[in-house]
Amino acid sequence: MKKPKIKSIPYEEFKDNETFEQLVAELNQNGTNVIVRSLDELIDWGRSNSLWPLTFATSCCGIEFMAVCAARYDIARFGFEVTRNSPRQADVILVSGTITTKMAPVLKRLYDQMADPKYVVAIGGCSISGGPFKKSYHVVEGVDNIIPVNVYVPGCPPRPESFLYGMMQLQRIVKVENFFGTTNRKERDPYGREMDKANEELLNTAEEA
Amino acid sequence: MLPHPALNHQLTNIMTMETSNNNKHTEAQAQPAAAAKPAAPAAKPAVKPAPAPAAPLPPAENELKPVMLKPEEVYTHVADLYEKGFTFLECLTGMDWGTDAETGGLGVIYQLENPENGEKAVFQTLTHDRENPVLASITSFYDIANIYEREVYDFYGIRFVGHNDMRRIYLREDWIGYPMRKDDETEKFNPLRMTNEPLADETVGLKPADEAMKTLAYSEQKHRIFQPEEYVVNIGPQHPSTHGVLHFRVSLEGERIKKIDPVLGYIHRGVEKLNEQLTYPQTLALTDRLDYLGAMQNRHATCMVIEKAMRINVSDRVKVIRTIMDELQRIDSHILFFSCLAQDLGATTAFLYGFRDREKILDIFEETCGGRLILNYNTIGGVMADIHPNFQKRVSEFIPYMRKNIKEYYDIFVNNVIFRNRAIGVGVLSKEECISFGCTGGTGRAAGWSNDVRKRMPYAAYDRVEFNEVLHTEGDSYARTLVRLEEIMESLNIIEQLIDNIPEGNFQEKMKPIIKVPEGIYYSAVEGSRGEFGALLVSKGDKSPYRLHYRSTGLPLVAVMDHACRNNMIADLITIGGTLDYVVPDIDR
Repeated sequence: MKKPKIKSIPYEEFKDNETFEQLVAELNQNGTNVIVRSLDELIDWGRSNSLWPLTFATSCCGIEFMAVCAARYDIARFGFEVTRNSPRQADVILVSGTITTKMAPVLKRLYDQMADPKYVVAIGGCSISGGPFKKSYHVVEGVDNIIPVNVYVPGCPPRPESFLYGMMQLQRIVKVENFFGTTNRKERDPYGREMDKANEELLNTAEEA
Repeated sequence: MLPHPALNHQLTNIMTMETSNNNKHTEAQAQPAAAAKPAAPAAKPAVKPAPAPAAPLPPAENELKPVMLKPEEVYTHVADLYEKGFTFLECLTGMDWGTDAETGGLGVIYQLENPENGEKAVFQTLTHDRENPVLASITSFYDIANIYEREVYDFYGIRFVGHNDMRRIYLREDWIGYPMRKDDETEKFNPLRMTNEPLADETVGLKPADEAMKTLAYSEQKHRIFQPEEYVVNIGPQHPSTHGVLHFRVSLEGERIKKIDPVLGYIHRGVEKLNEQLTYPQTLALTDRLDYLGAMQNRHATCMVIEKAMRINVSDRVKVIRTIMDELQRIDSHILFFSCLAQDLGATTAFLYGFRDREKILDIFEETCGGRLILNYNTIGGVMADIHPNFQKRVSEFIPYMRKNIKEYYDIFVNNVIFRNRAIGVGVLSKEECISFGCTGGTGRAAGWSNDVRKRMPYAAYDRVEFNEVLHTEGDSYARTLVRLEEIMESLNIIEQLIDNIPEGNFQEKMKPIIKVPEGIYYSAVEGSRGEFGALLVSKGDKSPYRLHYRSTGLPLVAVMDHACRNNMIADLITIGGTLDYVVPDIDR
């Protein structure tokens, strides 16, 4: 398996390569088809360099996200600059800011509205664990309670450099994925907690009507 | 029952030991009665403790001495004061004084101000009934009281007779209990709900039996917020131009806005409840995260209220450093205001111009404070670290740079005919409306209301600098934009006067390891980036506050949205919201 190449950061300089290699090993458990894999690589190259984020920000980290989008840090160098206002057009949701219990169903719905393949980056202490508000009665202790997270970017708020580093980690994940077979046929609701119930309710109301 | 404050925060582990030892020690010395105190002193009702036998403290300049009124007297008292010109409701704070039959109960502290001469009136009221607490509403005098009283209802369950809309404002409508009550077990009844939030179209009002409110008898009356035939559009909570997670329910007639019903609380983190369990230095950490574009000023207000309550004088050096930092923060915030407004209206280049200059300020902050956005710089009794050796040089370079670049803002955006057409005459607020809604800051000044806290009640080093309070009279979106840009110039003037003569002195006063504030009610305010930011501290002499309430700068600005947007086009909602310049985490707290 070839190591994914990210411009300007050599493979060895990335942190936590072990987890990444584990992920790669899992993906390639059953071996790969040469032709399909070459096609995969081509598609993944394109996908990883045009990840469109959803403009979703609840608090402080959102301002840093704006700074990343602006001239000095210039997120466009990586192809992330096409921020989408509709979840239906976005590839990645950057959860920047505290998620409260009132916001949680909204975030879940946004995630459900995104088209597969989709990714989640938890930005900042609040979305990783609740951060300074962990003890609060109205804060979700980490978005991974609600939606599956691909990359965590710690900080309060993270520096723009950490934002970019986190996004490059995500690029690596995208680059090793098998587009044909797994990624485009993901389980619909990996956490499967609420969707079934919500669907049932919807069906029931539809029947009643 | 309040848990032991120190147990409740992992960061305090080390402090806990010292704290509890010290606690016993001083309490035993100061008041012999303290030995019989129950385990949770904070939940104990306001029994008058024996004052320390040592020399009496000099009066604290920011102490409020609210007169206690009976609930029936409040309405007539406010009516009297309103006649005398107290037309600005500065702050309305809900309180839980515990469960004692004599002194305990649920209450409200009112702070009124006469905008003509700055005179203040402070009073409070209390009801002993915890099952069905009822107080008199003052919404008929002050428009902003509508939202403030809903907030008190949401947190304490106090219902107001004469209020037409007793709905929750921050928490979900199916929330059980009232989280700010000292005996509430919120977590037990409110697990994370993943069902969609119910939003009622109906609300309950409490109609007074007696119009003059001599008694608090009432009858419940149902009101409809939106009629069934109305066309209601949801804007937010996920919308790029609401400046955070804010939800407006907008009733439309064609393209005209008929009514707006704001739904708040999508970023309500319960900061005020958390404060009650943290020690004073720890509470400071949360202030920066309220209005992150006024991080310095928020923390300044909180430090100031504690310092003045403890009768600590900070050195001149600290005062000047804090003033410069506040002004840099104000420029930072106003540049962001300009950038976001431009972005919302579709001018991406202007957005980039703004961020180019903002980065310069962030560099200055980073060198001295170590952070870009969340700065954690002020401490009780000083600042975290002395200014960086490069600080003065960098700031001196920044002043001419900014003066030159701000001309570009006018060229590219403010004088642009597209923006002028979209902003002039849009969302007009009169001076009286601004006062009634409590819209301080640039919004009030654009309507001609001179409300600058730096002039009204000078603090830090503002009494030794000369600057103009920027005033416009039009009160429309365009005036609000101009006020902010002109304030950048004034802030640069203030910094220029101070930067070359920062006096020598300590950057941090020597403080005791455990900070305790003498018993009392204190209030200090600063001019935040978008209005008066105040901190109201109720202390019972413990190492954590009994109540620390923040006067949000943004809450009045959201409350006025309904009024400002009526009969405007739906597209203007973005312009009006953008120029009012609210920051949502500050509103929700």
